[in-house]
Amino acid sequence: MSAPGGIPKAIEQALATHRRGFLKSAGMLAVSFAAQSAGWVNEAAAQSAAPAAGPYPDPDFRQLDSWIVIHENNTATFYVGKTDLGQGTGTGFRQLMCDELDIAFEQTACIMGSTDITVDQGGSGGSTAMERDAWPMRRAAAEARRVLVDLAATRLGAPADQLAVSNAVVSVKSDATKRVTYGELIAGKKFNVTLTGANVNAVTGEAKVKPVQQHKYTGQSPQRDDIPAKVDGSLKWAVDVKLPGMVHARNVKPPFVGAKLTGIDEASVKSLPGFVKVMSKGNYVAVVFEREEQAVRAAKQLKTTWEKPASRPFPPSENLFEYMRAATPTSATNPVVVGNPEAAFAGAAKVVEAEYEIPYQGHTSFAGAHATADPSNGQMTIYSNDMKSYSMRTCVAQFLGMPRDKVRVVWMQGPQAYGRTAAEDAGCEAAWIAKELGRPVRMQWMRDEESAWDTKGPAFVVKLRGGLDAEGRVVAYDYSARSCDYNHVGYNEPDTVLIAQLMGARRARPAAGSSSLPSEMYEIPNRRMKGEVVSLPLVWETPLRTGNLRDPNGPQTTFASESFIDELAAAAKADPLEFRMRLLTAGKGDDAGFKRARSIAALKAAAEAYGWTARSSPKARDRGNILTGRGIACSFRGQTVAAQIAEVEVNRETGHVWAKRLVCAHDCGLVVNPVSLRRTVECAMLHSLSRALYEEVQFDGEKVTSVDWVSHPTLRHADTPAAIEVVLVNGDPNPGRPDLPPYGAGETACKPLLAAIANAIYDATGVRLRRVPFRDARVLAAMKG
Amino acid sequence: MSSVTLRVNGRSHTVDVDPATPLLYILRNDLDLHGPKFGCGLGQCGACTVLINGAAMRSCILPVSSVKGEITTLEGLAQNGKLHPLQQAWIEEQVPQCGFCQNGQILTAKALLDKTPHPTDAQIREAMNNTLCRCMTYYRVQAAIQRASKTLADAAPGSGTEVVA
Repeated sequence: MSAPGGIPKAIEQALATHRRGFLKSAGMLAVSFAAQSAGWVNEAAAQSAAPAAGPYPDPDFRQLDSWIVIHENNTATFYVGKTDLGQGTGTGFRQLMCDELDIAFEQTACIMGSTDITVDQGGSGGSTAMERDAWPMRRAAAEARRVLVDLAATRLGAPADQLAVSNAVVSVKSDATKRVTYGELIAGKKFNVTLTGANVNAVTGEAKVKPVQQHKYTGQSPQRDDIPAKVDGSLKWAVDVKLPGMVHARNVKPPFVGAKLTGIDEASVKSLPGFVKVMSKGNYVAVVFEREEQAVRAAKQLKTTWEKPASRPFPPSENLFEYMRAATPTSATNPVVVGNPEAAFAGAAKVVEAEYEIPYQGHTSFAGAHATADPSNGQMTIYSNDMKSYSMRTCVAQFLGMPRDKVRVVWMQGPQAYGRTAAEDAGCEAAWIAKELGRPVRMQWMRDEESAWDTKGPAFVVKLRGGLDAEGRVVAYDYSARSCDYNHVGYNEPDTVLIAQLMGARRARPAAGSSSLPSEMYEIPNRRMKGEVVSLPLVWETPLRTGNLRDPNGPQTTFASESFIDELAAAAKADPLEFRMRLLTAGKGDDAGFKRARSIAALKAAAEAYGWTARSSPKARDRGNILTGRGIACSFRGQTVAAQIAEVEVNRETGHVWAKRLVCAHDCGLVVNPVSLRRTVECAMLHSLSRALYEEVQFDGEKVTSVDWVSHPTLRHADTPAAIEVVLVNGDPNPGRPDLPPYGAGETACKPLLAAIANAIYDATGVRLRRVPFRDARVLAAMKG
Repeated sequence: MSSVTLRVNGRSHTVDVDPATPLLYILRNDLDLHGPKFGCGLGQCGACTVLINGAAMRSCILPVSSVKGEITTLEGLAQNGKLHPLQQAWIEEQVPQCGFCQNGQILTAKALLDKTPHPTDAQIREAMNNTLCRCMTYYRVQAAIQRASKTLADAAPGSGTEVVA
């Protein structure tokens, strides 16, 4: 069994011993860093760390020693500034670095995301782990190999080009008995090699990375190193941190959005066992108790009085789209215009128009925001699952007015992040209370609080218009989107984090938000595309604040654009796949041509895996109670393409939709770990299936009413498709190129699925659903209407 | 406050707490058993699942004073350092994403297989339906249950009796 954090015990012990000495020599504090950074804190470690801890200067990304430590027993530890949200990026980084360093995968460990011991690569976000952030890791590993081979050349008395490396052992090619291990060459010492590069992404040494064909682990599927500790119960998560003298905090949120706190009756909880304090500033209120269940009870029992706002903070959710259509935009992108759309519409044989509506959808994480803050020794340590631990560090420092080097964030595993923890709330709350009390504080949000007050994916209204010529070709296209995204919160900002809003310590104006254009690659000669942002009446201190939900606008815009392409295909009485193919021409050598070539390859691969036969939609309705249909959709995120086909069963009597089979052809360039990638794609598709069928944040005029798993339904076991097939495609025009890059893979598969389901429902029933989600009652009403 | 004795993973523990305290907080904060998690506090999601006399129960809504019997948490599933076939199947299928719900998935599956060693797909869907996962690992959870069911059956060749691991 592996140790907590998934690190083999032997490596962890070696690491603890070595790192202690190494950090001491570097003038840094050294206490149980290995254990902490592996995502594991125990009481003893924390206790011993506290008195001498800090300050915490930034690890220097231009020092090779910041990235790689080689131990005496010929194992290595990699230190990277990323966080793994459960998609296996940590394992992937190890594979790539092992290949460049020439060391056995089993002899390595990867430490991630703790601000004092790993360089700032920003944590996670935007599916950039492999696409952008693995590059400096690979280059650092390649440089470490170069340095070690040079050391071996001196030691073995042979020129570097006469040496071979295998599994961290360097030997003379002509005499394999002459050999030395990496451990013997470097252990106990530092590399002391300075790297170059304007920023962390550009970091490089003298060595070049290997052609991908020479990689041994890349493209294989070693098991994810975090999984054993997640199934045997040994992993210590951020929620598990327990410190001496720690107290428990719970928030008390305003009962009405936009309300002003007018009174707190502290006596209502003061006599409860374990009372520590009621904390309050502005409209922020929290109770602090010795034990967790005491805090939970007191948060419900605390008597507070609030003054309702003079005007409604937002319309009730059933009127949201009406409100959005009537609102004056707060910002708009300049329209993208190609050709002459108006003239083309005027000359079109047929014009199709449709409008699509996507409500607010929450992250609705499986568990509430949480963090533990330790103010010992005038420093501040936050134990957190924040996917962007580095910006949380800066945020907490600025929010508390502490020097940045007195604050560190120790990243640990947590529930489903997907953007929620890029704008994390509990870290600042725990830190503020801890600083005020002078005691370690564990903060956790409750279910209703998280469902109501987490950051939301923005609601969208998208109007589309398309013109077909007499032969059914698309000659004109007009896309006009409105997102309700004016108060989009940034990454862990001290003046937009919720506690700052509630305390009134917020910036003057919120961020502008965005309203994206579709990203598929159809060649339509006359196009006009624009996006506008609108705002709800209340922009601050509101649970309807937007944030990055797993490709912030992608599922919404793609639902509209890929549903509409299907509507055009139906109007042209064309097969939906053929219709798309006609709009794609490979070649031209530019980025668009490159993307089109890969779109074609992905669509073909999906169709082949599915067994697609050409016909137009809808099909003739089945006679029985169950109507079956198929739908296709395709999209890009960055340089990754996903083409998906859904087969659905629609119950004519209940309106219930079951996605019986899902196929995804996925091209993200170089595949580092096929099994991890397949799992990520499977789950991303089901996440979007949940958004397609169930998810909507509902609210009345004064509060969010989706507050638990009854009022906010989610996908369940019974909804699981009978079959999910993921086809990994390499549609690069030069598929064997030695520099084939990996592109991002976390989010693309989320994009096309809503449209694929809607298109399949249309194929089955002849009914076009333009409003998400497709809950039973809506589908039934649409079929009857 | 009152003194409560619990049998957990084969050991006895006595704690001095408010008897109304949900079992979950005792397990996590007093006994340092972190397999069970707080997900909703409402008995809706399954993150807090423990086995009590073999039945899957939601410890977040179970007053500690009402608990009678032997409690098994995720930490207690492995025997003599050997993972339970379900845990092994979870690794082989590479089931978890974030993994936060998997305590509930694994223990609910354990209760299912103890009663129904060879479940059909429909039985798995029904038995697991109230155990939620927001990373949506359902497809692989179901595959892992089938895999573990087969492992357990193979471990008892020719046996017509139920296999209880």
